[in-house]
Amino acid sequence: MKFNIKKIAPQLLTLLFVILIFGFFSYNAQLNMENRGIDFGYGFLSQESSFDVQFSLIEYDGSHSYFRAYLVGLLNTILVSVIGIILATVIGVIVGIARLSSNYLIKNTAAFYVEFFRNIPLLLQIFFWYFAALRALPLPQDTESIMGVFYLTIKGLFIPAFIWENFNIFLYSIIAAVVSIAVIKNYAKRKQENEGKQLPVFLISIGLLLILPLLSFLIGGVSLSFEIPVLKKLAKTSYIYEGGVGIPPELIALTLALSLYTATFIAECVRAGIQGVGKGQKEAAASIGLNPNQILKLVVMPQALRIIIPPTTNQYLNLTKNSSLAAAIAYPDLVLVFAGTALMQTGKAIEIVSITMLTYLSLSLSISVLMNWYNKKIAIKEK
Amino acid sequence: MNNINFLKPDKSNLNLFLILGLSLVFISIFDVFLSSFFKINATGFLPTSISFLLPLIIGFIGLHFIRVEYSGIRRLDEINKNFNNNNFNAVLSLLIIFIIIKSIPPVLSWTVIDANISGNSKEACTGDGACWTYIKVWLRRFIYGLYPNEEQWRINLSFISLLALGSVGYFATEKFKKYLTLYYVVIYPIIAFLFIFFFISGGPVFFDFSYGIIASVVAIIIGFFVPNKFKLYYFCFVPLAVYLSLNLFILPEEYVELGKLEGLNWVETGAWGGLALTFIVSFFCLIFCFPVGMALALGRRSELPFIKYTSVVFIEFWRGVPLITVLFMSSVMFPMFLPEDFFLDKLVRVIIAISLFEAAYVAEVIRGGLQALPRGQYDAAKSLGMGYWKMHIFVILPQALKLVIPGIANTFLALVKDTPLILVVGLLEIAGMLQMAKTNPKWLGYSMEGYVFAAVVFWIICYAMSKYSYNLEEKYKTER
Repeated sequence: MKFNIKKIAPQLLTLLFVILIFGFFSYNAQLNMENRGIDFGYGFLSQESSFDVQFSLIEYDGSHSYFRAYLVGLLNTILVSVIGIILATVIGVIVGIARLSSNYLIKNTAAFYVEFFRNIPLLLQIFFWYFAALRALPLPQDTESIMGVFYLTIKGLFIPAFIWENFNIFLYSIIAAVVSIAVIKNYAKRKQENEGKQLPVFLISIGLLLILPLLSFLIGGVSLSFEIPVLKKLAKTSYIYEGGVGIPPELIALTLALSLYTATFIAECVRAGIQGVGKGQKEAAASIGLNPNQILKLVVMPQALRIIIPPTTNQYLNLTKNSSLAAAIAYPDLVLVFAGTALMQTGKAIEIVSITMLTYLSLSLSISVLMNWYNKKIAIKEK
Repeated sequence: MNNINFLKPDKSNLNLFLILGLSLVFISIFDVFLSSFFKINATGFLPTSISFLLPLIIGFIGLHFIRVEYSGIRRLDEINKNFNNNNFNAVLSLLIIFIIIKSIPPVLSWTVIDANISGNSKEACTGDGACWTYIKVWLRRFIYGLYPNEEQWRINLSFISLLALGSVGYFATEKFKKYLTLYYVVIYPIIAFLFIFFFISGGPVFFDFSYGIIASVVAIIIGFFVPNKFKLYYFCFVPLAVYLSLNLFILPEEYVELGKLEGLNWVETGAWGGLALTFIVSFFCLIFCFPVGMALALGRRSELPFIKYTSVVFIEFWRGVPLITVLFMSSVMFPMFLPEDFFLDKLVRVIIAISLFEAAYVAEVIRGGLQALPRGQYDAAKSLGMGYWKMHIFVILPQALKLVIPGIANTFLALVKDTPLILVVGLLEIAGMLQMAKTNPKWLGYSMEGYVFAAVVFWIICYAMSKYSYNLEEKYKTER
């Protein structure tokens, strides 16, 4: 084996550097913790947290453990990210297509939207929605309902709650519908490849999606009723809504700001993707007799998606990471609940910050794994 | 006249359709205009839902009438092509026009007509519109933060002279052009650092200079002139040895405070704030993150496995976590990792944290440029007998960096947009000053004006940056 100093020396130096830094830090950390009488460990996670969280998806109060508080924060983060991703994708795709419209007004409105929302810091947008826009809404007692069931007040949006009976049967019916649609789609594809006959897959799918859940209502004993929020007087000037689902204003402000901001970037990705498909492709598709719908579905979109997906993945990641800005308006997400309140109470800076960072890392990694899998699925299969 | 088909306008009855259509469109727009500017509801006698939709319906019919293909009138054809080429587009065009007309009066009355700007207190704001007095009174705070009023000339002077020094590149003659890179990469940051260190701070903000650090910096600079043969060994040992020997053996107690300038008051970083802090933070992060990012990008492309995987882990770690947790780490966790008597200012910790964070993004952008270069460039450079550093400095990096200008500009833009976040660790940058002004009991209830002001300021900065990067991109595109 040839001993090459030019290859070994830089690596050894880097190794030495890394070890030195880690050693220095951990030595100091140990010393500092000894001096302040803090012990390192993750045992606090099972202790009673004794703080309350305004909004949580799972049952939680002060008597639960810190780990439960962590879960509450994590679920709230995931909730905001999922809603934000869906909304941002919808707005982004619409605006991205609108930017390519032949209509001068639509094109420029879309461009104005993109340039406007993209160039203002997200934090300011969140502040604007939360402190300025949503604070201008009326008090609960002065609110007029929207269509009799929705109430948009300064305390948040109140919507009717669904009350299910035998919900799992309904769920099974949906799953059954999805599975049978997949089977039929496969069958139709094979039939077209072998015999050249086309089945009305779309109509059949819609029918299945409607009929199976309907059957579950008629035969399976599923029933659905609504619980409409009702105004209730607590004290002389204090009113609340009872029943229904209350969506806190923090969540509304955060999802609005996140999705409007991220949508601008997604719109640019969509535009670039569609523009990236050569004009010749569309003309070729038209010349073999495909109609405009088929051209979009079978020729343009499959190619455009390949360009759109990777940068859009990045935007989804950014949205998930940006959802941590929730801490600035006190929406109880992972950062506020865990890296904020729990850290203040326990003082376990190293443990809590490292757990928070690892959680975000794994969230990011799982999104990129998912999107990489999807990207690989739609990529051109060369040879 | 008897063969008019109203469902299908054609060229033979052009004038009739034109007059009918245009008057309908005009009526619909005029109706919206009246109801929006003069609050006159011309169709108030109809049921609400019909009177609400009526302008849209009338306008739609009118646009349908004037949609005559190849009419022979250039204007009309242009309108049809751009606003009115099918029913769907016609409705959307009308909707957008109506929304614009509807939104002009409230926006105008809020920002200008009903707004107040005179006076110096809340009582001056009597109108229903915006209270720009609030911005006027707080403007100094929004720009300089809590920096003492009588010392603010220091910030002004620093920024003006830095701007002047920064524009040297435009005036340099051919003779000095080749030194510009050196100037911008090495000398300018040092001057900027000194300005902020001596002028804006006036005291030991960052750290106390010691002879050891100065000597080792000098040793590193000398190192670039050492013959190639010994360069590696020189960089491995000499600077560190100089630093250690000076500090430990020769001048153990001689930490000299070069930082203090006589005659200037020390303003601690807690008082810095506002737009000035935004500039300081983004400027320093910009300077630091670029070289680190470049090193990381080269490290990730390196053939040496240990260096490669260290860079990969480093980059992916920073890219996977949100900036807010990085800031939390820098303010809560990082002090635990330092020796107890070692003082590092909060602002410095934040700048280091943001720089490392952005460096990971810069690294990925530069890596994209390195990958986009054809292999032939590397092979050609190697065949000329260039070593690793020579190849990268003279052949690869100049081309790769040119390719990634838009990407880097976007990263810097993101950096500027991220700076308001330092609010969460208690540094009162412009968004932080807004939050502070909002809770001032004398000025309650003017948050909207504050956010609009900050949004306008940031929008101008970011839009100018993005347009500039677009221009740069265009410029280098034509040169290739």
